Amino acid sequence: MKIRNIALIGNPNTGKSSLFNLMTGLRQKVGNFPGVTVDKRSGVFKTSSGNAINVLDLPGTYSVFPRSNDERVVYDVVSNPRSANYPDLFVYIADAVNLERNLLLFTQLYDLNVPLILVLTMDDLAKKKALHLDTKKLSQLIGGVPIVFVNGRTGVGIDQLGNAIENFESQGPRKVFGNIAIPSLDALPDQQHEDAEERYKFIRELLIAVRIPQEKNITEDFKHRLDKVLVHPVLGYLIFTGILLLIFQVIFHIASFPMEWIDTGFLQLSQWTKNLMPEGVFADMIAEGVIPGIGGVLVFIPQIALLFFFLAILEETGYMSRVVFIMDKLVRPFGLNGKSVVPLMSSVACAIPGIMSTRNISSWKDRLITIMVAPLMSCSARIPVYTLLIALVIPEKLIWGTFNLQGIVLFALYTLGLVSALAVAFILKFFVRSAEPGYLIMEMPPYRFPKWGQVFIHLWEKVRIFIFDAGKVILAISIVLWALASYGPGDRIEKATAAVQIPVDPSDSESAEYEKAMNAVKIENSYIGILGHTIEPVIRPLGYDWKIGIALITSFAAREVFVGSMATIYSVGENFDEDTSMIDRLKMEKNALTGKPVYNLASGVSLMIFYVYAMQCMATFAVVKRETKSWKWPVIQIVYMAIMAYIAAFIVFNLLK
Amino acid sequence: MDLSMLKPGQSGVVSTVGNCPGRAKMVEMGLFKGKLVKVIFRAPFGDPIAVSIDGYVLALRKEEASAIALDNIIR
Repeated sequence: MKIRNIALIGNPNTGKSSLFNLMTGLRQKVGNFPGVTVDKRSGVFKTSSGNAINVLDLPGTYSVFPRSNDERVVYDVVSNPRSANYPDLFVYIADAVNLERNLLLFTQLYDLNVPLILVLTMDDLAKKKALHLDTKKLSQLIGGVPIVFVNGRTGVGIDQLGNAIENFESQGPRKVFGNIAIPSLDALPDQQHEDAEERYKFIRELLIAVRIPQEKNITEDFKHRLDKVLVHPVLGYLIFTGILLLIFQVIFHIASFPMEWIDTGFLQLSQWTKNLMPEGVFADMIAEGVIPGIGGVLVFIPQIALLFFFLAILEETGYMSRVVFIMDKLVRPFGLNGKSVVPLMSSVACAIPGIMSTRNISSWKDRLITIMVAPLMSCSARIPVYTLLIALVIPEKLIWGTFNLQGIVLFALYTLGLVSALAVAFILKFFVRSAEPGYLIMEMPPYRFPKWGQVFIHLWEKVRIFIFDAGKVILAISIVLWALASYGPGDRIEKATAAVQIPVDPSDSESAEYEKAMNAVKIENSYIGILGHTIEPVIRPLGYDWKIGIALITSFAAREVFVGSMATIYSVGENFDEDTSMIDRLKMEKNALTGKPVYNLASGVSLMIFYVYAMQCMATFAVVKRETKSWKWPVIQIVYMAIMAYIAAFIVFNLLK
Repeated sequence: MDLSMLKPGQSGVVSTVGNCPGRAKMVEMGLFKGKLVKVIFRAPFGDPIAVSIDGYVLALRKEEASAIALDNIIR
């Protein structure tokens, strides 16, 4: 029988994913399993004799009975032998050191008459002898299923696996294990644990027969000296905080350079395209809509790549499960679990990688709640907005002679984000329904040195998902926003720009002023400008005028766009920290109706609060759509955050007015 | 005596796994009748707890651990 499609199956932490990466290298793709929010990782395995075999990497699971969406996928694949997508062969990956537990799922598959090869993984093939395992006898006892040893770290043994796959002969009907009934795939939980206990009895006899050393000294091979420190009641939290701070420092310092290059690179590319192409709508769309849109996707990559680099290291070394362990109790009252902590903390850098890293949360309810509240954590894109507004309305003075008031306000905004995220999670707990009961039973892998190949493949996968899946939505929204900002009804923009005074003396500074004035007039008369006017009655109770309205709409693309839009609208330079003209100009702005300054303490703080809550990030929107595989959740998220932003800003404005 | 009552360093043999939401999962992960388990450490607020079975480590919440009855406690 010619084998074309195989599936890898086995327990988590057995080296299954390492083996998948070793077999397929970068010949991988990520697709969807129909109807569920689980990624389908597949790739091509080139055997030493030159055959190409399609490999599907099934999510790790301990039994065929599904308890999460990931495990349901395994169940669906295994239970449909008549499906066109049913693999020709299942390669069962078992950790040779923990054979007893690893064989449970194996016996279930065996009894379901699934075509099988058994792969025993171990870090060091030299240990093979130390196992005292009679593989010939084991193979006989399990109905002639071929057994191959593979080193999941170095890939030694993969050629033998390739041979075993190529020479696979379909096995006849099997003698079912002991007296165990064929597992009924819809067994009730009570029957499930009975099934498992029965199977373990049989596995134990089987392992005695093939002479595996039975009971080991349980503390002997577990190095938990490190754990004395890493889960220590005081040191544990200090070290975790320290690691987080270190990661953020590195991300902010290193990511800012490539982000700057991408920004200026795309700006130049846009200029260059504009000069090169014949003038017209199409050229404008490419130069001002599409190219900046692509830049707007790529600019996130340095942060995503760096964050996932660190998260992959934490995961690979085994430290991540210790974080889950020490944080679980603290966040449980808020409807979160220990696995929500790292995604939420990552969101302080950027919600996008934060949301993408919720993949590790096996409970769908906990994962969804984490995704829904992650954008409330203050991300780095809010910093330019906060610093502008703080410089504008918060006086620079010391409180009690030591604390800088501006610094206190910034800190308060971050705290407000965190507190709000926990509060919303607490409320959502009652609204998100779940079929899975909440419990935490997790394997804590031993500490290991990270495998760099694994780290980079993981990183590449995340970046690719972001570019190709979320990128489409981001690009589409940027083009729409560009069109709305560049066009107005009829010849409204032409008329308005014609009225701008052309400088008599075309000196550099005058023509720069002219350029700025033209841009301000253009945006005022575009559809976005009109929209800004239209929403003015709605945002007036928050203390905003139509100009702020324009900045709110344009910064839906990304929060930091707020600063650039304000600069355009008020025709001033964008660098408010070097050049005070923007702050001065904004301070002078008077409300047309009341004659009072537009930017005072009440409206300024109200705007800051608005940015604490409002989603204002199309990339997050696109990523939530990607991760929940529906439009429902990103839409609910954007609406609830907008409502919170509006109400909170309204209350603050009226309190401070 | 159940698993949630053990202090780090103490061990016992599982006599029954009582009814609780994660019951089947615990059995599948290797916690079943006859297994020698040792509590190796607890999280800062005493919950969850980490236990060692056959050389690998499982973390479980106190709630789940209290469903596991033990015999032959070694302190």
